Amino acid sequence: MGGRFPFEDWADRWSDLSFGEVRRWRDRHPDGKVIGTFPVWVPTEIIHAAGALPVALYGGGTLIDIEHADARMQSFICSIARSTLELGLRGYLETLDGMVFPSICDVARNLSGVWARNFPRQWVFYIHLPENPESRHAVPYMVAELRRLVQGLEALTGRPVSSEALWRSIELYEENRRLIQTLYRIKAEEPDRLSTCEAYVLVRAGAQVPVEEHNRLLTEALGDIQARTIHRRRDRVRVLLEGSFCEQPPLDFLWVLEEAGCAILDDDLLLGRRFLETTVPRGGDPLEALAVAYLRSGRSTAVRYEGPTRRVETFLDRVRRLRVDGVIFAYAKFCDPAQFDYVVLKEHLEKAGVPYLVLEFEEKMTTFEVIQNQVETFVESILFYT
Amino acid sequence: MATEAAGRSARYQGFGRQRQKELLQAWWRRLEAAPETGQPVAYLFISGAVEEVLRAMGFEVAFPEVTALNCAIRQVSADYILRAEDLGYSQDVCGYVKNDIGLFLSGNRSPMGRLPRPTLLVCNYAGCRVYIKWFEALALGYQVPLYVLDVPYVRTETVLPTDVEYVVGQLQEFIEFCERLTGRAFDEGRFRTLLANARQAEDLWVEVLEMARHVPAPFDAYFEAVYFMAPIYILRGLPETVDYYEGVRREIQERMELGLGPVPEERFRVVVEGPPPWPYLRDFWDMFKAWGAVTVASTYTKVGGLWDAAGVRHDPARPLESVAEYAMHCYVNWSLDHRRRLLLDYYRRFRADGFVIHSVKSCKSFAAGEADFREAFVKELDIPTLFIESDLVDPRYFQKAQLRNRIDAFFEALEHRRVVGISTGGRVTSNG
Repeated sequence: MGGRFPFEDWADRWSDLSFGEVRRWRDRHPDGKVIGTFPVWVPTEIIHAAGALPVALYGGGTLIDIEHADARMQSFICSIARSTLELGLRGYLETLDGMVFPSICDVARNLSGVWARNFPRQWVFYIHLPENPESRHAVPYMVAELRRLVQGLEALTGRPVSSEALWRSIELYEENRRLIQTLYRIKAEEPDRLSTCEAYVLVRAGAQVPVEEHNRLLTEALGDIQARTIHRRRDRVRVLLEGSFCEQPPLDFLWVLEEAGCAILDDDLLLGRRFLETTVPRGGDPLEALAVAYLRSGRSTAVRYEGPTRRVETFLDRVRRLRVDGVIFAYAKFCDPAQFDYVVLKEHLEKAGVPYLVLEFEEKMTTFEVIQNQVETFVESILFYT
Repeated sequence: MATEAAGRSARYQGFGRQRQKELLQAWWRRLEAAPETGQPVAYLFISGAVEEVLRAMGFEVAFPEVTALNCAIRQVSADYILRAEDLGYSQDVCGYVKNDIGLFLSGNRSPMGRLPRPTLLVCNYAGCRVYIKWFEALALGYQVPLYVLDVPYVRTETVLPTDVEYVVGQLQEFIEFCERLTGRAFDEGRFRTLLANARQAEDLWVEVLEMARHVPAPFDAYFEAVYFMAPIYILRGLPETVDYYEGVRREIQERMELGLGPVPEERFRVVVEGPPPWPYLRDFWDMFKAWGAVTVASTYTKVGGLWDAAGVRHDPARPLESVAEYAMHCYVNWSLDHRRRLLLDYYRRFRADGFVIHSVKSCKSFAAGEADFREAFVKELDIPTLFIESDLVDPRYFQKAQLRNRIDAFFEALEHRRVVGISTGGRVTSNG
């Protein structure tokens, strides 16, 4: 990694195929279990409360070519599903004791089945998150599903998960989300103080380390960021980035967007890290509190259904609240949920007269000329023609 | 299809195809009449369809999936798909959705008839997330209510009681919701009658499916069964559907008695995984017939219900519970592990020579991971498995010459195995 922007070397923390951070944790916790999670959102609090280390996987990124996974997942399947499988088939994920897959899409769901067959040593858990939030049965259903996760982890670790441990973990992750939300607030209010590339590496640095450590790192980084002298950059357009909630675009992709003149005020990158937007209600059963938080204050996104209007309303509200000049839809090739949502959302943007641009990316893409050109044209059209 | 009657004359042949056509035409006429009669119309999906609940409240039901496949069979899907792509839909997303959106944009005049506006969209979310995206788009287009019934995935060895409770609870809420929407009361008596009829039809359908265990198979469990399956998915619960399956059973029984079958001489028996390429169904079938190959079991015909494998039935004695259990036991709502074991069960019980996996780009719910089935079948079990790709609705992905080559090579290899005396598990022993 070069030094194009501050904190860029933080990317080493996750772009390490030997999973050094995880191995270091293992050295300190010889009996500890390590559980991988697939995007978008998994109740990581529960894994943490069970004394295990949750490791957020985001595919192979730019790091590996797909060879073995092709024989299990066809070429019209998104890259993240295939590259995550590739990581496993090449032995990079030997350090995992288990994997949790949430019900985000048909591909992730089926990947959980492929995983179970190909890695029989690992504990594989598929969590079906409720899709009918208006039902009064959604909370009890989700509590039962979370309890099933608790029981699975208890069987794996051989230790019970106490209510106190759950509340402690909920608090730690709440602190984590508060810190990330602070980064995002700075990015939205003072885009010259904090770039999206920087915010991205800071958030993603938490993927493989314990949440306590990530909290400490973020607190330090925030101190540095607040103390910075900022230089006002040349005219940039204020944009919202939408559609990269699961497979992640390469860092270079974000770099190109910012260099081409976009101030990305908000995005849905690494969405699971700040999925719950308010605090988890205290008191009572922690699992019920998590279920209520997910259903009532979980982030609106393409991979969950929240009633007929909330998705569009929260999206348009975000557009208005941030007073963006335009929206950039950046979705992964073969990502059904993002591609379907794009059509609905852009119809609403057209009605509202908000300019938008659509870009398709792959995690492993290496040339950005075309994208750079498209973004520059988009930026110019906003700066000079609207 | 039955071709030659050996000696005795055939009395029931052609019933399954002919009567199916009549039933579906009558259904289309009811749909077309709905705007005048004021009958409410619900759109819903085949997988886990809660049509008995809706019919008990006087709804007529329409299935956009069925409309899409009919457009594909009649060779008009390409235009609709392009129309949707013009609107912004990616080339890579489900063609059924694009066909439907294109049809909507073209005024809903399908080759089968004019599709009425929905009163209500019911997304019985079983086994496919794209279902939700599809109906969200339609809700925006039609500006009508959408109800998402959340049917959990079968992700544990057996269905969890809490899953059944969740679906039953939602069904109760759904009924209240529909009553408020239409002002029509839910007719409990009619509901039970519909369930009793559904159960009878399901028993008969399973009986028919099991007849393909006979050697030679009296019908093709893919290319013919996709026609026979329509009434149990679209018109389940109606008395004429029970009669239909009695007729189909008679037809197939007669074929066994007369020695009739889908090919003059059965040479290969295959289990087929995946949806058919509707725009080229006949061409595709011909490629198998040319080798005397017959499908003895298929998974596509179970997308709307695994009454054979799961043993579930609609049941007037446990009305909502039975609907909930049914909805979960649809093929693509089963975990890949369940699916793989089912395929192997079919292979063994139906004495097949191998698998044909037709993987379609449109349906990732079906397709993602099908390649891993091949890995398991070929590498671990040495079961001949043909893996081919095209699409179920988009004619652009059907490469005829290439598919024929692959199919020919597969059956040549099967023939070779036979010559050199390698048994193909299922056919030689009944328990593999």
